[in-house]
Formats: sequence, C-alpha cells, structure tokens
Amino acid sequence: MLQGDRASDRVVPPTGFTARLTVFVSAAMAFLAVFALALSLAAGRLATTWGDELARASTVRISAPEGQMAAQTSAALRLLQQTPGVDSARALSEAEQRALLEPWFGPDLPVDQLPVPQLIEVTETADGYDAAGLRLRLQAEVPGAVLDDHARWRRPLVAAAARLKLMGWVSAILIAGAVGAMVTLAANAALAANAQVIAVLRLVGATDAYISRAFVRRFTLRALTGSGIGTFVGVLAVFLLPASGETAGFLTGLGFKGWHWVVPLLVPPLASAVAFAATVVAARRVLGDLS
Amino acid sequence: MIELDNVAYSYGGGELLSELSLQLAPGSFHFLTGPSGTGKTTLLKLCYGALRPTAGYARLFGQDVRQMGRDDIAMSRRRIGVVHQDCQFLDHLPLAENVALPLAVSGQPIASGDENLRELLAWVGLTERALALPPELSGGERQRAALARAVIMSPEVILADEPTGNVDWEMSQRLLRLLVELNRMGKTILIATHDLALIRAAKSQVPARVLRIVNRKLQAAGSEL
Repeated sequence: MLQGDRASDRVVPPTGFTARLTVFVSAAMAFLAVFALALSLAAGRLATTWGDELARASTVRISAPEGQMAAQTSAALRLLQQTPGVDSARALSEAEQRALLEPWFGPDLPVDQLPVPQLIEVTETADGYDAAGLRLRLQAEVPGAVLDDHARWRRPLVAAAARLKLMGWVSAILIAGAVGAMVTLAANAALAANAQVIAVLRLVGATDAYISRAFVRRFTLRALTGSGIGTFVGVLAVFLLPASGETAGFLTGLGFKGWHWVVPLLVPPLASAVAFAATVVAARRVLGDLS
Repeated sequence: MIELDNVAYSYGGGELLSELSLQLAPGSFHFLTGPSGTGKTTLLKLCYGALRPTAGYARLFGQDVRQMGRDDIAMSRRRIGVVHQDCQFLDHLPLAENVALPLAVSGQPIASGDENLRELLAWVGLTERALALPPELSGGERQRAALARAVIMSPEVILADEPTGNVDWEMSQRLLRLLVELNRMGKTILIATHDLALIRAAKSQVPARVLRIVNRKLQAAGSEL
C-alpha cells in the first residue's frame, strides 16, 4: 500500500493545510501516548516491587522485662514455626538490631543495655498466614509480642500504584480513540471537499475501493509520519529525564526499563492502523451516500 | 445494450418521466430532443445508472439496474462513455491525464506520452493543450476533452448531454463528425440536444432516429425535421 497506487494517490488534489494539521495532531497524540505508557509501565513496576516485598515479610516485636525476653522469644518462634503459612521465622541478632537503629541513634548506642524490643523476621509462604488468628494466639501465649503486618500500610500504596497503571493504559486507549476521531473528522472534511473529484471518478468508472484507497493511503501515511515524529520526541524526552540513581522514588522512576523501550515503538504502527480503519469507515459511509 | 422498460422517474412530489420505454440497439444513433426541463438529462442518467427508475425497469447490458451494486454500476460505466453538459475534470491534473483517467481507474494506467493517447488528442484537436490544466481550457476545448475521455476506453455506448452547448457552429460540426465517425465504428450513440440544426446536419451523414420527450413520455419525432 505504501509504494503502490501512486496513480490513485494523484487523483485527489493535495491539501497542505489539513495535511499539516493531521500530522501535527498525530504527533501530539503520539507524544502524549509515550508519556501515558511510561507512567503506566513505571507504576506497574512499582506495584510489582512493593507487592513482592509485602507478600514476603512481616515482623513480630517482643517487648518483655529483661528476664523474660529469651523465654518469650523462643515461645514466639516455636508458635510461629507451627503456624501454617509461615515459611520461616528468625530472631534478629543484636548486630542486626543495632544496624537498624544506627541511622537514628548513631553507631555508639549500647543496645545491649537498653530495653530494646526483640524483633523476629517472619517470611511467609506464597499463600500467606491468617494474620488475625496469629495475633490472637500470640496474645494468649506471648503477651509481649506484637505482630507488625506490613500489609496494612503497604496495601493501599500498591492499590494506588495499580490504579495509576490502569489510568495510564486508559489514557493510551483514549488517545488512540482521539486519533481515530480526529482522522475521521479530517477524512470526512477531505471527502466533502473533494465531492467533485469523487463525482468525476464515479463517472469514469472508478469503484468505491479505488476512490477510498486514495484517501485511506493519504491519511494512513500522515498518521504514520506524525506519530513517528511524536514518538521520537516523546522517547527522547523520557530518555532525557533526570536519572533516578539509588533513591528511585516514584517520580524519578518514570521511564522505560529494559524491553519496555520497545513498547513506545508500537505507537506509530498502532496510530496508522487506527487512521487506516477510521478512513476506511468514513470513506465507505460517505461514498455509500453518493449516487 | 441499454433498455428502459415502462420507466417512471419522479423527483420529490412531481413525476418527471412516466411509462417511458427506450431501447438502444448496438450501432444505433439517437437524438433526444425537447425543451429544457423536460427530463433529457434525467433520461440520460437513467441510461447510465446514475439514477434508478422509481417504477419500471432499466437494464444495462442485460442487467437490471436495481439489482446492480455500486461496483456493478462502476463496471458498466467502463462500457458507457458519458459527456456531460458541464464537463467536470480533476482540476489539478493536466488534460492528458484527465483524458486517460478512465484507464487509470480501471487499473491500466498509461504514460502521458502514449501513442494512442496522442492520437486521440490529435483526433479531438487538443494536442497542443495536452499539458494545460482543465480550468485553463475554453468551453469547446472542455467538451472535446470530455468526448476524448468518454471514448478512451473504447466503450460500446456513448451518451452525450448537449455536447455542443458551449461551442460555436463550426466546432459543433466537428464534434458531430467525431460522433458520427464513432458510430461508423459500431458505437451506439445517444445525444441529448435542443439544437435542431445539429440534428439536421447529422441526418445528412447518418441514419439517426430522433426522439422527443412530450408530456413526460417519449415520442418518435421525425417528419418535421
């Protein structure tokens, strides 16, 4: 379709202004689509990371008088190991606890002399455990133990990230729809403006397929050109976003990683496909109404 | 080839043509006359499928127009050359390409320097205007170009609506000679015109039948011409 039918392309007079507008809107839409995809993919990565961490670990914190600490810790460990859904439970060593506190109190804190609670790291199986049941049993057997279930505060964040991802995809779909609507309007205008051309072509025996091909080819190529430019600029802009480094937060993490760089390359072919379909439908409708 | 059988056609409320029958046999030469507004153009449009009769049957090459799809109509146009009263062209393409347009749309594009095209343009006296754009042409040149475009596919039937409407007497004689020549080559010709002098001139060259639309019906007119 790209090289063939130059002859059928010639029968429709060139129109500078609408052509440029179509190219411009396609470019703008492609640029926005690249950002929507970057947002969506970044949010997806975030949701996955947070979700994985959340599914894996929780903490039991034991505060007990000096003498009972060891007994309560071993009781809690025993209880945890018998709990279905717990993969492993391990009391943190003194050194590990000191490392956790260091950012707040400095390296010289004498942890062994302070009533620091004992932490137990609990790793869950894929199925997870029944948090409410475990809490009740801990209360009964280890009065000083508090189950700190990370899910409670991370779950809303994961849900928000997942929602953000969904909104990114919805935006991408809306952008595709807007491209289709824009091309439909432009094609309708072009078909109306070329009523005489169409009448002449019908008179000399052109089929609807021949006539619509001239318009379809033109709008598909315009959408391809515009979205190609828009995608290039969009990808370049995402590429040039300030690097996030170690402290990858959400905003600085916006962009593509690994094979995700391929995704924006799908924008121009998809935009062309949308333009193709929109013009075919518009041409079929307009030509069907003519004698 | 083209057959109208008890055809009626009405625009909106009023009936323009009714109980009208016409048969264009291969190789025949017909004139269609009558005051303007009596339906000559409508009758021609019925003959090439641009309009469908509101009653009766129209057959193009044996096919009922009502059963023909848009593509069937397009295909039949390749066997019918039409010259309109107000000839329309693709204004952005030079005359030679406009004349060759029926070939292009039927998938047999030719170069603008093609021998047959040059001959055809010489035949209608437009060799020098081959590269002119249609808006630059005079009325007579447009009508000759339209005739050349109508015959380039070597159609079996040529329908012409007031082909001499915009040209002087000398030019109308030339166009008539072209049409007579085509008829001698076996083409079926139907010319709608109110130019009685043209009909008289034609009758001396070719056995033409003259039809007249009177009271929405078709009548053979002859003796008074």
